[in-house]
Amino acid sequence: MTTYLIKGASIVGAEPTDLLIRDGVVAAVGRDAAAPGAEVIDADGLIALPGLVDLHTHLREPGREDAETVMSGSRAAALGGYTAVCAMANTDPVADTAGVVEQVWRLGQAAGLVDVRPVGAVTVGLAGERLAELGAMATSAAAVRIFSDDGHCVSDPRLMRRALEYVKAFDGVIAQHAEEPRLTVGAQLHEGELSGRLGLAGWPAVAEEAIIARDALLAGHVGSRLHICHVSTAGSVEIIRGAKRAGIRITAEVTPHHLLLTDARAESYDPVFKVNPPLRTDTDVAALRAGLAEGVIDAVATDHAPHAVEDKECEWQYARPGMLGLETALSIVMSTKSLSWDGIAERMSRVPARIAGLDGHGRDPAPGVPANLTLVDPAATWVVEPAELASLSRNTPYAGMELPGRVMATFLAGRPTVLDGKATK
Amino acid sequence: MTNLEQSPDRGGITGHLLSAADLDAAAATQVLDTAAELAALSDRSVKKLPTLRGRTVVNLFYEDSTRTRISFEAAAKRLSADVINFSVKGSSVSKGESLKDTALTLQAMGADAVVIRHAASGAPHRLARWVDGSVVNAGDGTHEHPTQALLDAYTMRSRLGRLSGLTVAIVGDVLHSRVARSNALLLNTLGADVTLVGPPTLLPVGVDSWPVKTSYDLDAVLPTVDVVMALRVQRERMEDSFFPSAREYARRYGLDAARLRKLPEHAIVMHPGPMNRGMEIAPDVADSPRSTIVEQVANGVSVRMAVLYLLLGGQV
Ligand SMILES: [Zn+2]
Repeated sequence: MTTYLIKGASIVGAEPTDLLIRDGVVAAVGRDAAAPGAEVIDADGLIALPGLVDLHTHLREPGREDAETVMSGSRAAALGGYTAVCAMANTDPVADTAGVVEQVWRLGQAAGLVDVRPVGAVTVGLAGERLAELGAMATSAAAVRIFSDDGHCVSDPRLMRRALEYVKAFDGVIAQHAEEPRLTVGAQLHEGELSGRLGLAGWPAVAEEAIIARDALLAGHVGSRLHICHVSTAGSVEIIRGAKRAGIRITAEVTPHHLLLTDARAESYDPVFKVNPPLRTDTDVAALRAGLAEGVIDAVATDHAPHAVEDKECEWQYARPGMLGLETALSIVMSTKSLSWDGIAERMSRVPARIAGLDGHGRDPAPGVPANLTLVDPAATWVVEPAELASLSRNTPYAGMELPGRVMATFLAGRPTVLDGKATK
Repeated sequence: MTNLEQSPDRGGITGHLLSAADLDAAAATQVLDTAAELAALSDRSVKKLPTLRGRTVVNLFYEDSTRTRISFEAAAKRLSADVINFSVKGSSVSKGESLKDTALTLQAMGADAVVIRHAASGAPHRLARWVDGSVVNAGDGTHEHPTQALLDAYTMRSRLGRLSGLTVAIVGDVLHSRVARSNALLLNTLGADVTLVGPPTLLPVGVDSWPVKTSYDLDAVLPTVDVVMALRVQRERMEDSFFPSAREYARRYGLDAARLRKLPEHAIVMHPGPMNRGMEIAPDVADSPRSTIVEQVANGVSVRMAVLYLLLGGQV
């Protein structure tokens, strides 16, 4: 295994220093860190961050390998600075058994570009009717800790309560896609002035907020952990703030796109801007940014959702919801200027690693720590060119935008997955 | 997005007609004036003008709407255009060909104009990105139906002599109505005052930012209007609890003989069709002399002739 000497990197924004990476760990940090025969990486001007951790990734394999595979998604993740991703369960077949989660986990191991941690479905087939074998998935080789029916809300309150209770046995957490389905029948776009004008059925903020409020109360009642996926409204931020104050064990994530874009993008009827939950308003964006900076929102998660061309090059209401996110997330967060380097490390690595129970991730580079880290050039800018992304799909909402920050290198367990801004495989 | 705009060199309008908002007052007035001229020609038994000879107009209908398709077809044929009807049944569309693939086919055929009716809001906007010809929105989902608004404006102007300063009530299922959206925009552009009337469940969220007034009380609105337009209300809306029953809807928002008497002497009654007689409009109201429903159909052909003529730059 090659030894690497990273010279002149600023660890989470501190004074520049050198890092020695050997045998999968950070062996030494400091100007005297050296080893004969080490390959030197010039990191002058670069920021070293703990490898990013994504709580919410759709890798599409098995089932839609035309849109993304574990391999292509892993490459996109590494290029985005990620060392771990939680792969959502809404594949075909659904990841609702030990067999499927182990398959995804093994594919991730084989790809070797990022730690792929499968999320297990809460209910059989995501149908919301009966619990999947959560314990079997937890004790499988994939060691599942996060369970989610993402794409669907666990809307039955009794079933949600049971799921919250049941996963306590193995320190699991339920990640809820908060959407009251009776309030979003046919919904296409944030319910507001624009949905009315464009004649697209509205997705009201209350459909998200009502479920978050209900589930926070349920989690408090049974003393369980609850995680809220892709929080999108100002009202949700307030509810989560109140729940945390009340001592409820609730965590929440926000996507880069909800931190940047608003429903105004839908005016073109271009479904590249169709996503679930939908893009909201300026007020929501401001509240989400503030909530993230403050820590009411614990983490940034991409909700990376690749889709084949034919699922996006069509009429808005027939298009599938979702956007690419892995390769642009860090740049988008940087562009919002709402977080310091420490804030970025906290919200994109340390805290999500803690939520997912990933001990080897989310730790700042220091002697003895597993070498999961990424080097970012904060001065570089780049223009998003959909065809140049590593994802098999092209549905980025940022096409043509110039973004700050470029991932120059990523290390997974001491091995480079990205060098000179290029994936190593 | 300005799609139907003044062309300085020709004084015409060019591009697409996707939304009534694409028309400013001058362009909208030009359409209405041109429609009047074309109607006068038709009255002089000149049934067919050579204006669009050699041009191809495609009627691309993803929804069954015989009346709108026939209206566009008649308009195009009276201008001597070649008309191709592309409808869901009996074409590749029903086999699931995508809108984009269909667009590329039409592009290869050299369609000069594509008239599209589609169940999905915004489908004409998508189509306009994929074809070079002019796209005319003949009704998209619950979004807009700009030629319906033009023919309604034409009908009001010919009955009442003006549009500016008219008070128009549009009554019913505004939420799901493309006719209401296009009329609200166009009538506002042309200086009329629009009031949208219906139960709160059928007025869209955000309607307060539209250039209109709103009311839940039809009887309070009627005495001051010049025009009352009843929108079609689908009975399925009851199943979704937008209102409790057809009977209650008719009682609160239906145009019946008693309500007709509350209107000023000169006021007219409109309906975009097809009607649910007994629901949003009573049979005796639909058939009364104040009703313009039959004229609306005839005016539709003239207005659509004008739109095609102006978009395709025909010469008289
Ligand atoms: Zn989701």
